[in-house]
Amino acid sequence: MTDQSNDPNQMTGAAMIVRALIDHGVQHIFGYPGGAVLPIYDEIFQQSEVEHILVRHEQGAGHAAEGYARSTGKPGVVLVTSGPGATNMVTPLTDALMDSIPLVCITGQVPTHLIGNDAFQECDTVGITRPCTKHNWLVRDVNDLAKVLHEAFYVASSGRPGPVVVDVPKDVQFAVGTYHPPRKDDVHVSYTPRVKGDATQIRKAVALLASAKRPVIYSGGGVINSGPEASKLLRELVEVTGFPITSTLMGLGAYPASGKNWLGMLGMHGTYEANMTMHGCDVMLCVGARFDDRITGRTDAFSPGSKKIHIDIDPSSINKNIRVDVPIIGDVGNVLGDLLQVFKAEAKKPDIKTWWQEIATWRARNSLAYKKSNDVILPQYAIQKLFEATRGHDTYITTEVGQHQMWAAQFFGFEEPHRWMTSGGLGTMGYGLPAALGVQVAHPDSLVIDIAGDASVQMTMQEMSTAVQFELPIKIFILNNQYMGMVRQWQQLLHGNRLSHSYSEALPDFVKLADAFGCVGIQAIKPSDLDGALKEMIKVKRPVLFDCRVAALENCFPMIPSGKAHNEMLLPVEATDEATAAAFAGGKALV
Amino acid sequence: MNQPANQPASAYFLEERHDPNETHTLSVLVQNEPGVLARVIGLFSGRGYNIDSLTVSETENQKHLSRITIVTTGTPMVIEQIKHQLDRMIPVYRVVDMTITGRSIERELAMVKVSGRGDSRVEALRLADAFRARVIDATTESFVFEITGNSSKISQFIDLMRPLGLVEVSRTGVAAIGRGPEGM
Repeated sequence: MTDQSNDPNQMTGAAMIVRALIDHGVQHIFGYPGGAVLPIYDEIFQQSEVEHILVRHEQGAGHAAEGYARSTGKPGVVLVTSGPGATNMVTPLTDALMDSIPLVCITGQVPTHLIGNDAFQECDTVGITRPCTKHNWLVRDVNDLAKVLHEAFYVASSGRPGPVVVDVPKDVQFAVGTYHPPRKDDVHVSYTPRVKGDATQIRKAVALLASAKRPVIYSGGGVINSGPEASKLLRELVEVTGFPITSTLMGLGAYPASGKNWLGMLGMHGTYEANMTMHGCDVMLCVGARFDDRITGRTDAFSPGSKKIHIDIDPSSINKNIRVDVPIIGDVGNVLGDLLQVFKAEAKKPDIKTWWQEIATWRARNSLAYKKSNDVILPQYAIQKLFEATRGHDTYITTEVGQHQMWAAQFFGFEEPHRWMTSGGLGTMGYGLPAALGVQVAHPDSLVIDIAGDASVQMTMQEMSTAVQFELPIKIFILNNQYMGMVRQWQQLLHGNRLSHSYSEALPDFVKLADAFGCVGIQAIKPSDLDGALKEMIKVKRPVLFDCRVAALENCFPMIPSGKAHNEMLLPVEATDEATAAAFAGGKALV
Repeated sequence: MNQPANQPASAYFLEERHDPNETHTLSVLVQNEPGVLARVIGLFSGRGYNIDSLTVSETENQKHLSRITIVTTGTPMVIEQIKHQLDRMIPVYRVVDMTITGRSIERELAMVKVSGRGDSRVEALRLADAFRARVIDATTESFVFEITGNSSKISQFIDLMRPLGLVEVSRTGVAAIGRGPEGM
C-alpha cells in the first residue's frame, strides 16, 4: 500500500478500502474493474492478502459472493464500477436481501463534483440500491471512509444479515485521509438488533410445546444464518421433544434429511406429509422462517387449528402474513438454547404416538413417486442418481430456478447446513452457476455442483470462462428438457396449454460449448448412461458442463394448486389430465 | 381497483383481506443524515403503505436528530408492519405510535388565503376570529389567515372559507407530541 506520510494510518481512500478488507478477514473478493474503481484495482494489484476473482459480468460477481457467503457464513464481498457496474448488481443485491445473505458491495462513483451532472457512467447508486439493500452509504469525505466500511461489515453480518452498498466517488479514492481499525463507535447508535429472546415468551412457548398433541417444527433459513450452533440446537430440540420437523427451501440441511423425524420440505412443492402435518397440527414452532406465500398457500386456510410460536430476529417478520400466538424476537441459536434449557428443566416429552401414526398414513401416500423409464431419463431419477454418486464426497449444491430446483430440493438429501445454495425469495434464474463459483472459491477441494435447467443456465453462462481462468472445477449438471419447465407447467395447468414462449427452439450444444470455454462437456441421453457419466463428472478436476437430456414434458409434483390450502395437494399419481384440470379450474391462484 | 374480468389463473393469491382501516399517527426519531427521508418515503411507496401526512424537521441540532411525524392509514396488521419496518431501518432510533399511547397532542398549522369584498370579507374575518385564526397578510381584497389546531378544525375552517372566496391553502401536516413529563 502507498504510505503518504510517516503515520501508517494516513493513506488514500483506495488503500483504506483494501486495508479494511484485510482487517475484516476478507480473503476473496469478486469484481469487475472500470473507470470509477481503478484506484482500488491499483491497490489490489500491489498486495497479495486479498485475492480478486474476475468475473465476466457484475451479476456473476454478486451471485458468486452470495454463494461464498451462504457456504461459509462470512460476508461475501463485491467490487464493481459506477453506472452499469452498479446497476448490474441490482439483481444479486435484491436476491441477497430476500434471502438474508450478508454481502458488502463496494461501488465506484464519479468524482463528487460531477455527481448529479449526468457524467459518464454515472448513476444514482444509493438511490437505485436503497430499496434492495439493508443499508447503503455514499462516502463524500475520505475521513468518513474507514468508519463507513467497518459499519458496512457489521450491518451486513449482524442481526438479520443482508446486502449493503458503499458508494465511493473516485476523488475520495484518490484523497488521503486517516484510517482507523474497526471499533465499536463505527456503528449507528440506533442500530441494535435484538439477539436474546424474552424469557417470559420462551416460557410460554415451552408450555405450549409440552402440552402439544399434534406438534410440528417448521424451520427456515434463519437457522442456517444463525450458524452451525443453531442447527445443532435444532437437532437437539427435535431429539428432546420427539416432534416432526419440516423446513422451507432455504432451511434445508439444518436438520438432516436422513433424520427419522424429517418430513421433507413443505410448501407448494413440498411433501404431502409435511403439508398435512402443518395443516393438522395443534402447536407449530416456526424457527427462523417467515410464512412466505409459497409456504402458506391460502393464508385464510393455513394451519387453522394451531397455536403458533414464531422465533425470528426480525420483528417485521412477525405477524406479517400469519398471525402468531407467541412471537419471540431474537437470534435463532440464542433463543433455541434458552428454550431447550427451559424445556429440559420444566417439561417432558409429550406423548404424540397417535400423531406419528397419522403422519405415517400421509407418508404412505408416497407423494414424491414418479414413473420410471428405461428409455428416457426422468429428472427426478437424475437427481437421485446424482445424490447417490456424490455420497461420501464433500458436496455443495447450488441451483438455478425452476422445476429442477424443486426436484433438487425434493430428491437431494441434505445432511448439513451451508451445503445448499439456492435463490428462494427472489427466484433468480442464473443464480446457480456463479454461486457455484463462489462456493468453490471458498472450498477449493470440495465437490461443487450446480443443478441447473437449460434455460436458467444460459442467463449467466459466461461465468464458465471465470471458472476456467481460476481453475474452479464446478460441475454444471443441466437437466435439459428444452423448456422453461416451470413456466410451461403453469401454462399447462392454468393457461389452457398455450405454451407461449416457453420452448427454447435453439439451444446451444452444451458439449461443444464446454469445449469452446475450455472446460469439459459430458452428455447423458439414456438412463443407462447416467452412472458412468456422473462418475466421470465427479472424477475430472476441471469445470464441467453436463448435458443431461431428460424427459421433456415431466412436471413437478406434488403441488398445492391455485388458491388451495395445505390439505388440498395434488399428488403425482392423481395428477392425470382430468384431475389436474379439475383442481385448477377457476383456481384463484398461487404458483 | 384491479378486479379481473373472471376468476383468473394467477401466480399469486389474489384475494385481499378486508379488515377495516385505522388511522395512526407515528412519531419517528431518526439520525439526520443524507437520504434518511428518502428511505422512509421509499419504504412507504415500495411497500404500498399510505401517507396521509408527513412532517419532518431537525429537532436536536447537536445530536443531529430529526423527528418525523407520519399519519398513515391501514389495517391493524399493516400498521404493525409499518412500525416494524420503520424501526428496523439503520438510522431510526425509535418509533412511537401516538394513537395507541392515546396520550398525545396533535397540531397542524395552515395558511389560508381568501379574497373578496363586502359582506363575504366581513364574514371571513368574523369566522377567522371564531376559529382563533390570525390575519398575517391583508390587502383591500384579500386576507391570509394563519390557523393552528388539529387537522379536523383546520379542514372545517377551510370548508367554511370556500364559499367566501378561498384562493389557496398551505398546510404543514401534523406534528404530534406526548402529554406528561416523559419524552418519546
